[in-house]
Amino acid sequence: MPKTPATAILQIARNTSGARIVLDQVTKSYANQPVAAVENFSIAAEPGELIMFVGPSGCGKTTTMKMINRIIEPTSGSISIDGRDVLSLDPHELRRHIGYVIQQIGLFPHMTIAENIAVVPKLLGWTKEKTADRIDELLTTVELDPREFAHRYPKQLSGGQQQRVGVARALAADPPVMLMDEPFGATDPITREKLQAEFLRLQETLGKTIIFVTHDFDEAVRLGDRIAVLSGRSQIEQFDTPANILAAPANDYVASFIGHGAAIKRLTLIPVTEARLGPASESSGGPVTVRATDSLRDALDSLVLTGLGALTVLDFDGVAIGSISMERISAVLGAQVPSAPTGLPPAAADRP
Amino acid sequence: MTAVTSPNASTGYADGVRERFFTPRRFVTPLVVVIVLGVLLFWLSSIQLDSIEKRTLNIDYIVNRTREHLGLTIVASALVAILAIPTGIALSRTKSRVVRALVLGIANIGQATPAIGVIILLAIIWQTGYSTALVALVVYSFLPVLRNTLIGIQQVDENVRESARGMGMTPNQVLRRVELPLAVPVILAGLRTSLVFCVGVATVATFINAGGLGDMIVNGLKLQRYPVLITGAVLVACIALLIDWVASLAEDRLRPRGT
Repeated sequence: MPKTPATAILQIARNTSGARIVLDQVTKSYANQPVAAVENFSIAAEPGELIMFVGPSGCGKTTTMKMINRIIEPTSGSISIDGRDVLSLDPHELRRHIGYVIQQIGLFPHMTIAENIAVVPKLLGWTKEKTADRIDELLTTVELDPREFAHRYPKQLSGGQQQRVGVARALAADPPVMLMDEPFGATDPITREKLQAEFLRLQETLGKTIIFVTHDFDEAVRLGDRIAVLSGRSQIEQFDTPANILAAPANDYVASFIGHGAAIKRLTLIPVTEARLGPASESSGGPVTVRATDSLRDALDSLVLTGLGALTVLDFDGVAIGSISMERISAVLGAQVPSAPTGLPPAAADRP
Repeated sequence: MTAVTSPNASTGYADGVRERFFTPRRFVTPLVVVIVLGVLLFWLSSIQLDSIEKRTLNIDYIVNRTREHLGLTIVASALVAILAIPTGIALSRTKSRVVRALVLGIANIGQATPAIGVIILLAIIWQTGYSTALVALVVYSFLPVLRNTLIGIQQVDENVRESARGMGMTPNQVLRRVELPLAVPVILAGLRTSLVFCVGVATVATFINAGGLGDMIVNGLKLQRYPVLITGAVLVACIALLIDWVASLAEDRLRPRGT
């Protein structure tokens, strides 16, 4: 009996590239509050998936996330990682195998960057050599030069650098699951965008199962494989891919959360090559061109900026492969709305 | 992307601490003490001492009184550290506000009651001498260490605590590896206050026959021998200054790096 939980944790830990997380009918209520903070929350995250919890402040999204590593104990319901019941495991041992990043980062100010990253390996009893190698590897992964940063203290780093260390520290023991609570929320817009892009690249190679909490819908669209739009008591209003949510919000709440400009947001998700390009001759040429790797939003941006009817699209080698125009961009949006009544112009079909 | 280095981050922090540790300001206090003692010695050697004064103002007597005084101070402070720091830790762990308020209240009474009252009451109901003086001193200087330990642990950034927990530290590990190291400066500041309190209050030990430099002050006063009175008072003040100075060195040395 006492052996089971320990082996269960080892099995979770051994699977470093993403585990399946299932929350089933999870409820959290506080004794002195009449309304539950989280009520009957059920969701399943597939291995390697990046799930975004999006919702307004106080909707219970953070509480829901914190129940997965039992920083908050659920009142009822079950949570499992790779089929193993989290609630039956030792919480401290469990947390050592779940990466945890919070908005305020919470680096230990009295420890160097290297010591901060070494915390979990130390708890797990790794050898000094293994830990040191891992620190070098991780700092390089988050693009901080180990020779320069390993022996600094957190105070000596900028906010963006600290957040990178926060991510590196959470990755230290190569956990299959990562929980991230608005990790980029406190950084300035430019740093945030950079961190998001780096994070996406990182996730491509790591393939962790990530629960990512944010109140920024744009961030959710940018990063998420799937988005759970949450309302009060952590009720799931819609759980789908960013493209599907933007194309067909389930209800007014989701629509209002997307806010204005849903069509523009969708364009950021679609590469130029998704559009049916016109012949290159449609474009009048000129210095402004669109690359095949750009999104439709980039193309639209250039169109608006130049005021031209069409722009040339270049492939990787700089060879013109066609042209893109406003009509062709609209056509892509229209084609992606499954329930769009035929005959309506695509822009009208986009309205819920 | 390239990591941007902020200008203040380019110097090694640890080296910075070493460099700044012995600045001229550090030596102001010992210098003042040396000058004051020098002036005192000069003054004493320039006046004619009568037989009563000579019995007190000699090296043996002064060294003995000083040793008693320091002994009382240091033992009392050590006892306070041993007792008050664990109590403070325990208080920071308890969720009960009642218990916390109660313990702090009792410690507060210890400090608020005039030390001379405590020491004499204790002597009446218990005994005179060293042990009684020690107990009175501990009671009197308990609060600063207790309160600072509690506050030092409480002031640790909630996010730091949460990330420690989120990484899988047990409550004990959070305390030992995160909370206590970060509370060290505040706890040391409390200990420093206690030490200085003790130096001052140990002078009243003389009333219950527990020795110390209080003997010189009280004798000088009673016998109207001002050189004796002044020497005792100046020595107490110098000890307090020096102890405070040593404690300030310790505070800076033991403060966790990076904070």
